[in-house]
Amino acid sequence: MALLEVENIHSFYGHIQALRGVSLTVEEGEVVTLIGSNGAGKTTTLRSIHGVLPPKQGRVVFDGEEIQGTPAHDMISKGIAQSPEGRKIFSRMTVRENLEMGAYHRTDDIREDMDRVFDLFPRLKERIKQEAGTMSGGEQQMLAIGRALMSRPKLLLLDEPSMGLAPVLVERIFQIIQEINKQGTTILLVEQNANVALEIATRGYVLETGAVVNSAPAEKLRQDPKVREAYLGEI
Amino acid sequence: MTTGDATKTLSGALLEGLRHSSWQSRLAVAVVALMLALLLVQAVQDPGQFTSQLLIGLTNGAIIALIALGYTLVYGIIELINFAHGDNFMIGSFVGLTVLSGTLFGLGLFAPISGDSGTIIKVAGVLIALVVAMAACGLLNVGIERIAYKPLRNSPRLAVLITAIGMSFILQNVGLVWKGPAQVPFPDLISSANILPGDAIVFRWKDLFVLAVTIPLLVGLSYFIKNTKQGKAMRAVAQDKEAAAMVGINVNRTISVTFLLGGILAGASGVMYGLFNGITVFNVGFTQGLYAFTAAVLGGIGNLSGAVVGGLLIGIIGSMADQYVGVRWTSIVIFAVLVLVLVFRPTGLLGDRSATQGGGSGRA
Ligand SMILES: Nc1ncnc2c1ncn2[C@@H]1O[C@H](COP(=O)(O)OP(=O)(O)OP(=O)(O)O)[C@@H](O)[C@H]1O
Ligand SMILES: [Mg+2]
Repeated sequence: MALLEVENIHSFYGHIQALRGVSLTVEEGEVVTLIGSNGAGKTTTLRSIHGVLPPKQGRVVFDGEEIQGTPAHDMISKGIAQSPEGRKIFSRMTVRENLEMGAYHRTDDIREDMDRVFDLFPRLKERIKQEAGTMSGGEQQMLAIGRALMSRPKLLLLDEPSMGLAPVLVERIFQIIQEINKQGTTILLVEQNANVALEIATRGYVLETGAVVNSAPAEKLRQDPKVREAYLGEI
Repeated sequence: MTTGDATKTLSGALLEGLRHSSWQSRLAVAVVALMLALLLVQAVQDPGQFTSQLLIGLTNGAIIALIALGYTLVYGIIELINFAHGDNFMIGSFVGLTVLSGTLFGLGLFAPISGDSGTIIKVAGVLIALVVAMAACGLLNVGIERIAYKPLRNSPRLAVLITAIGMSFILQNVGLVWKGPAQVPFPDLISSANILPGDAIVFRWKDLFVLAVTIPLLVGLSYFIKNTKQGKAMRAVAQDKEAAAMVGINVNRTISVTFLLGGILAGASGVMYGLFNGITVFNVGFTQGLYAFTAAVLGGIGNLSGAVVGGLLIGIIGSMADQYVGVRWTSIVIFAVLVLVLVFRPTGLLGDRSATQGGGSGRA
């Protein structure tokens, strides 16, 4: 059984329909990527899975349990964490406090997890007492990912983790994502940077105007001429 | 929560004003300088009276600051100016009065506590009145949020604002029905005798009482918000509700806790106001609420230290104006200062990021 099964979800912003029957599955241990142009509904898909924007129709099954009606704040204890689009760190709190908030629902010792985050992002350790909003964009991105990891999620939703990062950092962030995956976290990755995303992903889905138009193993998508033309910047 | 900070910011604002040096700002600086000079003259002429006035201002300011915190806490978390907050304070004074008169829920529980009661009875009575009023106002505030504001969480802000004004009217009318339109006397339980020897400087037991209740409340609040899990959750929700939900914080519950805290402080303030001034009235929440709201704006709404600094400043400016300008002019002086500050610092004395900064621990 897949870790996450999204079945035919429809989501709306007011009267505007953003998702028109999206279905996808993520198996345990995979890195699955969701690609598509601006406004295709990638962020909305993650928000719908996460309960921030509950779908009006359709099912979301996680770990064998239907969760489409579950409020967002209960998702973390089910095992879903997200590093959202735009980072959404708590900018007036320190780096340490942000990481603590990531483990908000936990009552056990979190030092080990904090060390793990610092191993992945040594930069954050140097800035542990800094107010998060005063950090650079890249550092804030690291913090957003680190915060999501603090809950020890089974499934990590990543929305454009490479946004606004220098090319060297993009490479590094993707290495880290692979590392996180190897350490046992399943990942659903949304990326503009489709090229790199398809390199580290097992499988990929292509989203267009709120619907899945293509899905295949990542290797296959990379060779698909239509995908190459539309998303990999090749003519 | 230092006044030093406030003075620094204030003088900084004035200097900044000078540098802009339009004729308005020069005029403003001249007015402030003149006012300060006049105060200085008074201080030199009769230092005893000046100091006494300062202390009275501090006490009044403490009562205002507690209400102001309620405005600022709520604004920090849902960006709503809770117009019903002042009336919640009024209800607090009524609840306290009812407890002291021994007739809670129409039951004659015990004989009314008055100035003639024994010391232990007085102390116990005051403490019980405080605790009951704090609990009642806290729960009332939570109830108001649930019933009136929560359903409008995603409506335009104006809708919630108008609802808040409506809640204010409702509470005032509850007060009117409860205790009538006239001022109601509070039992005189705390001595107005001077603590200090001689009568050069007056600092009464009443003043001490207010500070003795306010300071622990402020320390407690500050600790709660800085260090407890729930307090951190409040700051997180104030900064980003969606992100807060994603890390597992129940946003609705956190908002309720914020209203609870604001109500608790208003309840304490209401009882102290009654005991301090010897009276309360159904519309006392309007005037005190206005001062407190002004204090919150003056300090920088959303900023907790700002609310305290603003409250103390308004208390002190008010008592100085009472003494040296004339009671009739007090409100004018207070609002003139508010306007003056907002001209130079639209975000208030300590509010550096205004709306976006949320109800953080401020710069305490
Ligand atoms: N808060 C909102 N209110 C109304 N419409 C919205 C809102 N957020 C997104 N939409 C609309 O929903 C559609 C999908 O948006 P979404 O953010 O999911 O796109 P995306 O694939 O993540 O795009 P991008 O690559 O630019 O991040 C778009 O047409 C967008 O305009
Ligand atoms: Mg997006």
